[in-house]
Amino acid sequence: MSPWVLAGLVGAALVGLGLYGLILHPHPLRKLLAFNLIGSGVFLVFGIVARRGAAAGFSFDPIPQAMVITGIVVAFAASALAVALILRLHAESGRVTLDPEAWTKPDDGAAKS
Amino acid sequence: MIPLVDLFSLCAIGAGVFFFFAGTVGLLRFPDSLTRLHALAKADNLGLGLVALGLLPRADSALAAFKLIVIWALVLLSGASTAQLIGRALRRGRK
Amino acid sequence: MSVLPFLDVALALLVVGLAVWTIAARDLFASVVGYVAYGLLLALVWVRLYAPDVALTEAAVGSGVTGVLLITAGKRLGAARAGEAGPSPGLALKLFAGALALLVAGALVAIILILPDPAPSLAPQAAAAADGPGAGLGNPITAVLISYRSFDTMLEKVVLILAVLGVWSVGADKAWGAAPAPLGRRNPYGATVFLAQMLAPVGAVIGVHIFWVGADAPGGAFQGGALLAAMWMIAMMARITEPPRVDARWLRLALVAGPAVFLIAGLAGPLMAGSFFAFPHAFAKPIILFIEAFMLLSIAVALPALVAGPPNGRSE
Repeated sequence: MSPWVLAGLVGAALVGLGLYGLILHPHPLRKLLAFNLIGSGVFLVFGIVARRGAAAGFSFDPIPQAMVITGIVVAFAASALAVALILRLHAESGRVTLDPEAWTKPDDGAAKS
Repeated sequence: MIPLVDLFSLCAIGAGVFFFFAGTVGLLRFPDSLTRLHALAKADNLGLGLVALGLLPRADSALAAFKLIVIWALVLLSGASTAQLIGRALRRGRK
Repeated sequence: MSVLPFLDVALALLVVGLAVWTIAARDLFASVVGYVAYGLLLALVWVRLYAPDVALTEAAVGSGVTGVLLITAGKRLGAARAGEAGPSPGLALKLFAGALALLVAGALVAIILILPDPAPSLAPQAAAAADGPGAGLGNPITAVLISYRSFDTMLEKVVLILAVLGVWSVGADKAWGAAPAPLGRRNPYGATVFLAQMLAPVGAVIGVHIFWVGADAPGGAFQGGALLAAMWMIAMMARITEPPRVDARWLRLALVAGPAVFLIAGLAGPLMAGSFFAFPHAFAKPIILFIEAFMLLSIAVALPALVAGPPNGRSE
């Protein structure tokens, strides 16, 4: 098995793991971490496209690689925005839940303690 | 007949790998966090130092050799600082 | 028989194992620490895919700066424990999520195994870009970023500015213009201060070095800028310096400098070389390095601004 197939399998596993964590973790910061796992899995799959596209004297295709570099930075920027929103939610309401039922229930004072 | 330089690299890198191995065993087997920290610091300082030392004669240029030394120095610095910080956090937690 | 395949498999298992740890760890801090280690190992995978530039970016931004962001966020949430985030999901949802994740991952594996052969490639165009408009650049990635896909790279810098604006604007109205909350504790530990004083000058030099060699070797404005940003953040954590006020003029100028210089150079393209974002052959390398220097500045300022968060009116 060539290294790029292995890296592709890792990428697929990362996307699966991240998706699982994204759905199941109630804590928004943990969801964000899981989402970053999905992101790096997708980058890795794109990376093997770059590796397979070796031509013109390069052992890789520079264009997907350049796009992955910009992608990593944009993913970080999006994460930072999400963190700011989560912190603001916590500052406003004292809770960090994304559970819609917790917001419709009358506040029994427990969440603010 | 192995050239002397290769023999030197082999010995230094082998010793470095031994320290990494010993450090990992310590990390897994030692009873509490402070002793594990101690094992980890040995692997970082001596293990990486010996591997870098063994690679020095194989470096392409003086700049590459200098980079190897800088890497070792940076790992020493960050390893010592984080060990100190983790140790302090442990001591605070125990009180 | 080479030992490399075994190392590859071991590396793959370690990366997936750390990803499992990131998802399964009990508390947020352990999860973030797992994620940082995961990012560093993923950088090694990128090296194995002949992508040292991506590896540097992943290690610096994907692992390092993102780790700082999440640990800082966890500390600021502080009292909000995991239990408050809502009830743990039931078994039915767990099974459903597991099945869905398996389905998606399985589909991806299938796609990877039937990728077309021979693989499509834009490498010849990239080679042409490195020879033509990006003349004199030994690193094809830098040639692609600044020359072949220059418009994308310029817009990506704009995205960074928009993200900084977004982060700033979720702060309280009253706090507008003030500085973000400090990154470190009020009395930083001696070891933190020592680390910042020793590491920051060396790291800054290495950051500029990575930017400078990026024209011909792995590296560039992204990687160098991320390193400079990390050094600034270490200094902020040790309270050697504080996050700047968000209405500071120098901060805003530094933020827009990268895309602005890039855009001006791109708009000057029709005059100098006949089309937008084209550079005259003889001066391509100096012009590209000039643009990249300002992008380095913008990245080095934008990343810490994103980590520091919205303006915080309260005094400590």
